[in-house]
Amino acid sequence: MIDTTTRQADAITPEFAAEAQELISHYPVSKRSASLPLLHLWQNHFGFIDDTGIEWIAAQLDLMPVNILELVTFYPWFRREQAGKTVIRVCRTLACALAGSYEVKEKFCQAVGLDPHAEHHGFGCAPPTTADGNFSVEFVECLASCGSAPVALINDDLVEKISPAGVSAIVERYK
Amino acid sequence: MASLLQPPHPKERRIIFGNISKPGYAPDIETYLTHGGYESLKKAITMKPGEIVDMVKAANLRGRGGAGFPAGAKWSFIKYDDGKDHYIVVNGDESEPGTFKDRYILHEDPHQLIEGLAIAAFATNVHLSYIYIRCEFPKAAKIVWNAIKEARAKGFLGKNILGSGFDLDIYVHQGAGAYICGEETSLLESLEGKRPYPRIKPPYFPAVLGLYMKPTIVNNVETICHVKHIIAMGPEEYAKMGTPGDGGTRTMCVSGDVVRPGFYELPCGAVTLGELIHDICGGLKPGRNLKAVIPGGSSAKVLRAGEVFKLKVKGPDGQMIEKEIPLLDLTMDASSLQAAGTMVGSGGVMIMDDTRDMVWALNNLNQFYAHESCGQCTPCREGSLWMSKVTTRIIDQGARPDDAKNLKNIADNIAGRTICAFGEACSWPTQSFLAKFPDEFEKRLV
Repeated sequence: MIDTTTRQADAITPEFAAEAQELISHYPVSKRSASLPLLHLWQNHFGFIDDTGIEWIAAQLDLMPVNILELVTFYPWFRREQAGKTVIRVCRTLACALAGSYEVKEKFCQAVGLDPHAEHHGFGCAPPTTADGNFSVEFVECLASCGSAPVALINDDLVEKISPAGVSAIVERYK
Repeated sequence: MASLLQPPHPKERRIIFGNISKPGYAPDIETYLTHGGYESLKKAITMKPGEIVDMVKAANLRGRGGAGFPAGAKWSFIKYDDGKDHYIVVNGDESEPGTFKDRYILHEDPHQLIEGLAIAAFATNVHLSYIYIRCEFPKAAKIVWNAIKEARAKGFLGKNILGSGFDLDIYVHQGAGAYICGEETSLLESLEGKRPYPRIKPPYFPAVLGLYMKPTIVNNVETICHVKHIIAMGPEEYAKMGTPGDGGTRTMCVSGDVVRPGFYELPCGAVTLGELIHDICGGLKPGRNLKAVIPGGSSAKVLRAGEVFKLKVKGPDGQMIEKEIPLLDLTMDASSLQAAGTMVGSGGVMIMDDTRDMVWALNNLNQFYAHESCGQCTPCREGSLWMSKVTTRIIDQGARPDDAKNLKNIADNIAGRTICAFGEACSWPTQSFLAKFPDEFEKRLV
């Protein structure tokens, strides 16, 4: 469900705007290059990207909103809905799967109280999220840590060599 | 991040991971300077730019990102004095399943990369450079950006570097979760803020029409790091570590069913597959036997245990003769693996033992490629999804008599028919699993 009652752009602070200008200055040849950095800045700050975010970023870069929207719909990282405070991204690809990542993901879902078999199709939707808004769990593709499989990216932390039995202790650390 | 580094195996030669292996080594600039940091840059800026390019050529350095293109040749496409702006973009999008070396360089020794990049920029008349890091390495982006600021404060970057009159600015650019951005022209589109659809070659060779339509070098993180060591050791010494045409060391990332998975920095061609699995990685888990090897990242064609290859090798009298080489005696270098019908690729070696189901493994990879196809070319967008649907159905409901034939037909109609190499990358697993393990598909017939 996309929340259309609050406008994220109304909450922009001078500090946020200054940070955006700093990022734009990293691209002296073409401002358009700052699209991804501004989307990251926005999602890190607001949790997701609403229409006003797309419009604001486009305006900073002298672009049409569709030039930003087409990035939000392309890249799996960006979302149009709020996700949990802690996002658990379990690696699904071969080396992790060989080491048991399917079971690990199921255990994460159970440990936070999510249906392990819920379908999640991406396309800007938040991954399955607990009712209290604390946790989201999703599968992602290769996290480039195949030598310490199975792994998960939990917020900014890489957690490695996860055993199914160790999952609930990991979740405790993020409560 | 847990360290995967064990004490070095006698066959290892740690150049790139030399510093990282030392106890207490930290990513800050003071630590780097006490370990001989930026000495190669100081030497390089006293040289002629063309000399540096010649050294990289003489070192026989091949790209470490997957395609294995000779780095010196790539650099020499850039005409130093053509009056155009030039760029170097470092590809730190590391997302080929099975590969996990750049992660450690970016997190643990960022100055090694920055020093190599400054030398590369000096050699090719580049004054603005970007390091593209996948956003799933959020800490690496911060560490590398911090290192850039440290280097700038010490005069190794910025205006008039070390009094040479040479200027260079480097920035970090984060991706957003798309495997396709590791393809160099897709990466450039991504960096330009566009939908990252790969560009068609010709005419859009990065060396001709790269970033902002200017001559551009795109190099992998590990490749750029090697530059510093070529300057320090001299190209002859460096090249001698490897095989003719494949100089220096290569980091092999081993994952899957071995006792000691991890990354091992080995002189190119120093070990056979058997030595890598058994001597270095401790062999397979107790009671298990080898079944399959994917030798160069998930896109490389799979090899089956017990295979014997007929390869051309130099005989005792110097003449080329055909020799039968069993799988485990294959040398892990670019030319041997190519002769065996696969590739050394990005150095990601995935090992599977006899408990593994090859249809399940292929399905895992097919789901990956179906998720990651950018959707620009119809054969890949549709075909990668069809392949994934067919293998998923085989697992859920059993195989139909035509499935193997249809899978091969889909794969054959992707490879060679797309703008970028993703078409090959997504069809080679299906083609090779079908060719090498037909029994596993027959077993599932209902």
